[in-house]
Amino acid sequence: MRSRFPAARFPAARFPAENRRRMGFMARCMTLGATLWMAGLAWPGAASADALRGTGDLGLVVERASGSVLVVEHTRGTQLCRITGLGDLSHASAVFSRDERHAYLFGRDGGLSQINLLTCALERRVVQAGNSIGGAISQDGTLVAVANYEPGGVRVFRSADLSPVADIPGRTGRDDALSKVVGLEDSAGQSFVYSLYEAGAIMEVDFSAGADRPPRVIHHGQAGRQPYDALITPDGRQYIAGLFGEDRLSLLDLWHPERGITPVLPGYGRGDTPLPVYKMPHLEGWGVARGQAFLPAVGRHEVLALDLASGREAGRMAVAGQPVFIVTRPDGRQAWVNFALPHNHLVQVIDLESRSVQATLTVGAGVLHLEFTPRGERVWVSVRDEDRVDIFDTASLKKVGSLPAAKPSGIFFSSRAHRTGL
Amino acid sequence: MTAAHVMASPCGGGLGPPLTLERVAGLPPDMLVETILSGRPGTPMPPWRGLLSAVDARYLAQLILKGGLRP
Repeated sequence: MRSRFPAARFPAARFPAENRRRMGFMARCMTLGATLWMAGLAWPGAASADALRGTGDLGLVVERASGSVLVVEHTRGTQLCRITGLGDLSHASAVFSRDERHAYLFGRDGGLSQINLLTCALERRVVQAGNSIGGAISQDGTLVAVANYEPGGVRVFRSADLSPVADIPGRTGRDDALSKVVGLEDSAGQSFVYSLYEAGAIMEVDFSAGADRPPRVIHHGQAGRQPYDALITPDGRQYIAGLFGEDRLSLLDLWHPERGITPVLPGYGRGDTPLPVYKMPHLEGWGVARGQAFLPAVGRHEVLALDLASGREAGRMAVAGQPVFIVTRPDGRQAWVNFALPHNHLVQVIDLESRSVQATLTVGAGVLHLEFTPRGERVWVSVRDEDRVDIFDTASLKKVGSLPAAKPSGIFFSSRAHRTGL
Repeated sequence: MTAAHVMASPCGGGLGPPLTLERVAGLPPDMLVETILSGRPGTPMPPWRGLLSAVDARYLAQLILKGGLRP
């Protein structure tokens, strides 16, 4: 066959009769080929199997000073692209759609952005409040909730198109002023559980009757003074709020909310004068492993272990500074910890079986966040002041890679889509 | 680095009041310096004395009074 051009260029009438049948057959093949080829041009990536990719190894790295995020893949550890125009990301977090195609980014300036990880595009953005701190996606993936500081409250949107669903003021009902919402987590049954900073309350908003009906807002009770964040255990059962104004935490059993809120680790400060806290710790579901929650002490250089069955302290580990993030490896064998100033160049690795610090790593200036790959063979660490993300092998504790990033902060992998409370 | 970090972060990680011009206008500079160095007990404002010198604190106070501090 001499030619690869579409059949239309070779009118069969130009050739002798005995070739017309052959040409007809070839013409039909070439027409089919041309159609597929042109379809491939219209569908980027379909031209070859290599260009199609999955979403299971994708993630985002927030570039906190430039309103941008990197889309990354953690199979080889590379950057796929950068998306800009995302507003103030000086404190930002992300959740993922249940099909891992989209990420929803919550920005400091109240911006809620829907990002397509495969086309590397910002699809929609809503500036839904003046100042917000984070958010969550519902159990079935249809609703995204944002925790707002200003005005204090929770706003909920459809994940498909960011259309508004509900606006829940940050009030228990007994208070006049609005409280900032902190510790917003998704829980089972299409609910979001959250805390009110000024009012000191634990609340829930329940959408199980459907997004088109007004949700049920529940005031579960008082957490204590100044809840600053909270976590939900991976099984969705226990909501644990950390307190800034008191020497304890508060636990709500969501399987039995009628039992009320229980103080846990009371007096963990042991009467000592608290050390200054230069950066608030963060509680995340990643800090739970082996039936225990590993929690940052506030004003002490300690990681506290809370036994989730008994609600009692199961020990504590002295660490290098004020813990900010305590992140357990998915198999529960290690916890990696980063710190507030003046220790924010360090990461410590705790062996959770022996409850001892296994290693102290000098990583670089401004370690802001850590994220494990889904099965835990690697951990990615953002090093803000050195403009890079480091990748460590969690078995050898050696650095095995690095990506350049502009003032990186949060790192979020798509596997979070399938975990409650992340 | 520390002063830069403080300037780059909102007050108390956002839990504190936004340090806008309206909020700080008319505050005596010495009071601001003292607040920076000693903190405000019972709030997420820590004493920065351990990390910032008096000179740094005065510099920050001037910045705040000139235009407010924004993240």
